[in-house]
Amino acid sequence: MLMISTGNKAVAAAVKQAAPSVVAAYPITPQTEIIEQIASYVAAGEVETEYIPVESEHSAMAACIGASATGVRTFTATSSHGLLYMHEMLHWAAGARLPIVMANVNRALGPGWNTWAEHTDAFSQRDTGWLQVFVGTVQEAYDATLMAFRIAEDERVLLPVMVNLDGFTLSHIMQSLETVDLGDFIPANRLPYAIDVKNPMGYGPMTGPDDYFRFRWDIERSMRDAREVIRETEEEFARRFGRKYGPAEEYRCEDAEVVVVSMGTLGKEAEVAVDILRKEGIKAGSMRLRWFRPFPDLDLKGREVVVIDRDYSFGFGGVVAASLKAKTGIECYNVIAGLGGQEVTYNDIADFVRDRRIGEEMWFGVSE
Amino acid sequence: MSTISEIPKEEYITTCTAACAGCSSSLSLRYVLKAAGPDTVLVVPACCTSVIQGMYPNTSFNVPVYNIAFAAAAACASGMSKAFRSAGKKTNVIVYAGDGGTVDIGIQALSGAFERGTDFLYICYDNEAYGNTGMQRSGATPLGAVTTTTPAGKTETKKDLDQIVAAHNPPYMATACSAYPLDLYKKVKKALSIEGPKFIHILAPCPPGWRYNSDKTIEVGKLAVKTGSWVLYEREYGKLTVSGPSRTALKKPHPIEEYIRAQGRFKKATPEIIAELQQSIEKNLARIKKEEEGIC
Repeated sequence: MLMISTGNKAVAAAVKQAAPSVVAAYPITPQTEIIEQIASYVAAGEVETEYIPVESEHSAMAACIGASATGVRTFTATSSHGLLYMHEMLHWAAGARLPIVMANVNRALGPGWNTWAEHTDAFSQRDTGWLQVFVGTVQEAYDATLMAFRIAEDERVLLPVMVNLDGFTLSHIMQSLETVDLGDFIPANRLPYAIDVKNPMGYGPMTGPDDYFRFRWDIERSMRDAREVIRETEEEFARRFGRKYGPAEEYRCEDAEVVVVSMGTLGKEAEVAVDILRKEGIKAGSMRLRWFRPFPDLDLKGREVVVIDRDYSFGFGGVVAASLKAKTGIECYNVIAGLGGQEVTYNDIADFVRDRRIGEEMWFGVSE
Repeated sequence: MSTISEIPKEEYITTCTAACAGCSSSLSLRYVLKAAGPDTVLVVPACCTSVIQGMYPNTSFNVPVYNIAFAAAAACASGMSKAFRSAGKKTNVIVYAGDGGTVDIGIQALSGAFERGTDFLYICYDNEAYGNTGMQRSGATPLGAVTTTTPAGKTETKKDLDQIVAAHNPPYMATACSAYPLDLYKKVKKALSIEGPKFIHILAPCPPGWRYNSDKTIEVGKLAVKTGSWVLYEREYGKLTVSGPSRTALKKPHPIEEYIRAQGRFKKATPEIIAELQQSIEKNLARIKKEEEGIC
């Protein structure tokens, strides 16, 4: 069905179709619309979901963990400080190998209070063992949320998945959304070792170094296997519903001499910038990085690279640029832009490319 | 049921646990699980029970045990209870948490779960300090008690957890003590027969923490009750009834010194502190008496 939707409502629509048994959530701007929408589905009896209005995000994730451990499907949504308040439980969810799906509406962190888009919230959770995908459109928010359930619950993965969408610039804007007839795209959730009173076991007891170490390796092994599960799932999605996704969305990259690497909605602006630059004779391309964990292998050999980071690791650098450099050895022009919702237009991005100084870092609008 | 011989013989805790000698929290859990039976899941935050259950890949409990982070037990149980009910299962979800995980770091989740009417039983076994980490002061530590972080004795009074829980108007709440297993057993049975959030607060004397010999663990628990320092009661739908073992103390409590002298942790308590403890007992007994008579 074709409709007009906000990013938040698109996520809620996907959750409704995935029909989790338990949603435990706590409101926070700009995510709130997702859980309001789900609460209204539940109140109207449109979905058989138990909605738990918890008293904090820490409890939201704890409740999802308790529910998921029994083998049922679970979902929550949060943003910014809510995500950080969950931090301890994010590690617990991944360590307990629970396929919880969460939407995180990317937002800056206080102080001062700022509810606009930034990716630092999600990146500060990068070592928790969660898969993380970043979307660029309302349609993709819907599609990625559906795929997240299938990926998380795959027995080769059994790790939680975080679907990231930019606060306001995606969560609250309206674009066209085509919903799908889901069919059996997401198979029934069959959690191995779900709690069973007829076969009592201890979950997460004290664990010595040797076993603990092996469990950590198991998480990494599943993270590596997740690449293949993601690829299969995205292929199957394309086969059934016609929309193609991959580790990164490439735009006019085939013959590009300079490639803009970015994430989220800035990646869509970058495509317009590429068109402008192409008209000037600059062979530009855009690579919008979708998956952050597991981090994909990007083919950037022989090109100049401009990385836009909507985040920062103080005392070190932009997180995406640093990750790319660590993975590929590529030196880039690292532009720090869009923090706290700073406006970044396609003309600005075109300027980043025109004025690129490979090997340097530039804070847009602050440093020169 | 009127005698302990009628309690089921089934054991849900094996004889091989990692508990200290004379541990009354594991003794209490033994009776809790006998009352709850096999269709039960325990949710355990960081506490002595995290250790007592044993190390992976072994477990000394014969019901599923879900270990969860310190502050998160009541919230985890909320999700678990909803998941079971959504699947049409009546499985008992019981949080078994220490006093630190309840009155301090876990109180927000506890309050939220009770406000939401979660169908579960929350049991706080109270050894009046952070026992698992070697006896540091908690909000439940009584005035005058020496802990590793109150080496001169605690200068504040014990947090009144039961009043906090009572403010949530749960359908059932009770106090219990490891020295009175039949009373505890009956209270767990009754709690689990009621739908909604239930709460039981067990005083669990701790030989290494309270500094008494492990063979005195029942005696110390009984002295807590006899001196009125710990009052056994239950509150069903708001109606308070004092339990049998506390009836005598309600009329005439033994002097607090009998309880205090049985333990090393009060060795630095001054006569003024002991008098203050005695006064608070009398005040508390008077309050409970009034509430039972319906005067408050």
